[in-house]
Order: sequence, then structure tokens, then C-alpha cells
Amino acid sequence: MSSVRVLGLGPALRQAALKPRANAFRMMIPKRGIKTQSLPPSAMTEILNTQRLKRPSSPHFTIYQPQLTWLASIANRMTGSALSVLIYGYALAYLAAPGVFDSAHVIEFVGALPEAVKYTGKVLLAAPFAMHSWNGVRHLVWDTGRFLSLKGAYQTGYAMLGATAVTTIALVLL
Amino acid sequence: MQSLVARQAVLRPSALKSSARTFATSSVRAQAVPTEKPVLKKEFKIYRWNPDEPAAKPKLQTYSIDLNQCGPMILDALIKIKNEIDPTLTFRRSCREGICGSCAMNINGQNTLACLCRIDRNASKDTKIYPLPHMYIVKDLVPDLTQFYKQYKSIEPYLQNDNPPADREFLQSQEDRRKLDGMYECILCACCSTSCPSYWWNQDEYLGPATLMAAYRWMADSRDAYGAKRKEKLQNELSLYRCHTIFNCARTCPKGLNPAAAIAKIKLELAAD
Repeated sequence: MSSVRVLGLGPALRQAALKPRANAFRMMIPKRGIKTQSLPPSAMTEILNTQRLKRPSSPHFTIYQPQLTWLASIANRMTGSALSVLIYGYALAYLAAPGVFDSAHVIEFVGALPEAVKYTGKVLLAAPFAMHSWNGVRHLVWDTGRFLSLKGAYQTGYAMLGATAVTTIALVLL
Repeated sequence: MQSLVARQAVLRPSALKSSARTFATSSVRAQAVPTEKPVLKKEFKIYRWNPDEPAAKPKLQTYSIDLNQCGPMILDALIKIKNEIDPTLTFRRSCREGICGSCAMNINGQNTLACLCRIDRNASKDTKIYPLPHMYIVKDLVPDLTQFYKQYKSIEPYLQNDNPPADREFLQSQEDRRKLDGMYECILCACCSTSCPSYWWNQDEYLGPATLMAAYRWMADSRDAYGAKRKEKLQNELSLYRCHTIFNCARTCPKGLNPAAAIAKIKLELAAD
């Protein structure tokens, strides 16, 4: 006994004595159902690349909270495009058929329309024009380095909406 | 009896203390049942997508949890769901105090940090949680930020100066140091960049608000000598000028910073060149 202690064999003997029993205990536990596969670290790139081919892009403008900031920007884009299409379209149409699209014919055509249609048309023309113009002024002010805080963005935003409303009414009543 | 105790308590604060102590050790206390908070169930609708089933479309999964058994922040709710309902729910989180930027996500339509966003206690309205908008998804609420970090790296976000002072550190006046306030605090959570419609449509070439503010942070630094080079890099159609001063970035920043103003200042400096 003392020789065992002197030689420092205690732990080794203890382990040897316990080993078969420990193995028997492990045999009783069922193996887990998941099989793992060993891969080299270089396989990571390939796995990632196959995933990247199929991964979705997260939703954006459909779920983003409507805010004056980006809605005003989108409205600025849309009114700008619509007004451009209108002016270029009209100019091209006049080039193609000057007899139909000259001022006299346009005045005659609009004059024959009912009042309701006339005012609706005027609003549809005046509102985008006013909005785009005032928002353009807002951008020019920003480009001079003024109103560049979040508060400034909202103040100029509401001012732009107010000015748009007033200008639209004034243009419609012209 | 009760009213008597109460009246005494009102009259003398010391009486309140002693009566509280009496109650704490009394037999009444031993029998008392703790008042249970009422159950306040609230629904959380969370974006799910699993890369192991790539054919399945991303969907919103609804989880209902009791707010009275949950911490006050959205991150607490997410952790509670992951611990108690669905361990497969995947999201990034680390510091839970708004300094690491890991838990950036879109909560009720706004990009913010889940750890800084309070849960709306109104149980009749559900809370919708999406990953950061218009990003490739790794899993559930985890977006792939590789491109975002690459862009940040591309502006060389470190001090560059070929003539450092020989015998001591760089000195800077308090006034020059103040120019960096409101920019150096950025934690790169990507909330601003992914809130920007310009970044949604052009993120392959437009650098985005977070990176551009970082670029200006080094241009504005009096110790940096590479300002001209930094400006030259941005002098093209897409890197900087896709910014249309929309202000979504300043609106959404969970740290209250203003990338839009920093970008406008870069534009002014480039125009003066």
C-alpha cells in the first residue's frame, strides 16, 4: 500500500479500477440521434457561398414607419418625374401634331369641360408643381448649411407642406 | 386597526418605520401571500427565415409573452422568447446597454437597438420585429453586414499623418476637439445606413450615412493630414452624392447623432474645393 503511495500510482490504479464500470454505464445511455460530420475549415467558404445564393433580402419600404423625412423625398421624386413627363410629353406631342396641341385648341378643349373636371385638373397640376418647387427651395437652404438638424428638417418640412397648400389654393383660384 | 396604524404613520415617520418592522417579523407576514401581478399578454410578431430550409419563404411568427414576467426592453422580450418558448429564434446581442450595437433591428417600423427600445405596454397592439431593412439575411434577425464593414474599412478610419510630432503626442485645441463631438460616438450599429432609401437602392456603391460620417470624423480632425486624399476618394457620382438629404439617418440613430449634417458638411467642403 505504502509502495503505491510512494510511486504515485494511486490515481492510475483508481482510474483502472473504475474504467470498466464507467464504460458499462456509458453503454446504457442511448446514442444521440444527431450525426455530425467533420469538415476542414476551408469548407466554410463553400457552405457560406451556397447559403448566400439563396438567402432573402429583408423587407424595406413596405415595413418602414411612414415619416415626413423619406415620404417627402419620395413625393419630391414622383412629382419631379411626373412634371418632367408632362412637359416633355406635351412638347413632343406638339412637335408631332402642331394642329391638335396648339394653344387655341387646348383652350377650346379645356373650356368645354365641366367645372368639376376643370378644378380637379387644376389641383392635380398645381399641387405637384407647388410641392416640387417649395421642396427645391428647402434643398437649396440645406445646401447652404442651414437647418441641418433633425428639428430643422421637420420645421422646413412642415413649412414646405404649408406653403404647398397655400400655393395650390392660390393657383387653383387663379 | 389598519386606519389607526396609518394615521400614526402619517403623524410620525418613526412610527411607520417601527410598524413596518413589526409587520415584517409578525405572524401575519408569514402567512401573507405576495400579491401576484396580473397576466399581461402581448403579441410579438418576429421575422423568421432559416437557411437550412432555403426554399421556405421568410415569415412572421407570433409569440405571446406575459409583460409582467419580462424586463422592460424589447431585448428582454427576445431573450425571454428564446429561453422559454423557441430556442431556434436567432438574433445578435451583447452588451444590453446600447454601446455594442449588436442588437440593431427594425422594431415597429423604426431601426433601433433592441436593448434601448422600451416595450409598448399597450397589450392590445402587437409589436413587429424585422431585421435591418434591405440587407441579406443570415438567419432570422441576423443580417449580413460584410458589405457595411468593407465600406467602413474603405475610408481608412484611422489617423493618418506623415509628420507626427517627434517628442510628444499630438496636441489639439479644445475647439478642434469639439468638432469631433457628435461623430466619434458612433457605434456602427448600421441603423442609419439601413434606414436610408438611397442606401437601399445603391448599397453596392453608395457608402451610406454611417461610413460617410466616419469619413468626415477624420476629415474634421485637426491631427489628420490626409484630408485632401480623403476628399478626392469621395469625389465621384455614387460614393457620396447618392445622399439626397432625406434625414432618415438622423431620425433613426439610437445614439442621437446626425449623419445627415456630417454628409452635408462634406458636400460643402467638396463644393469649395
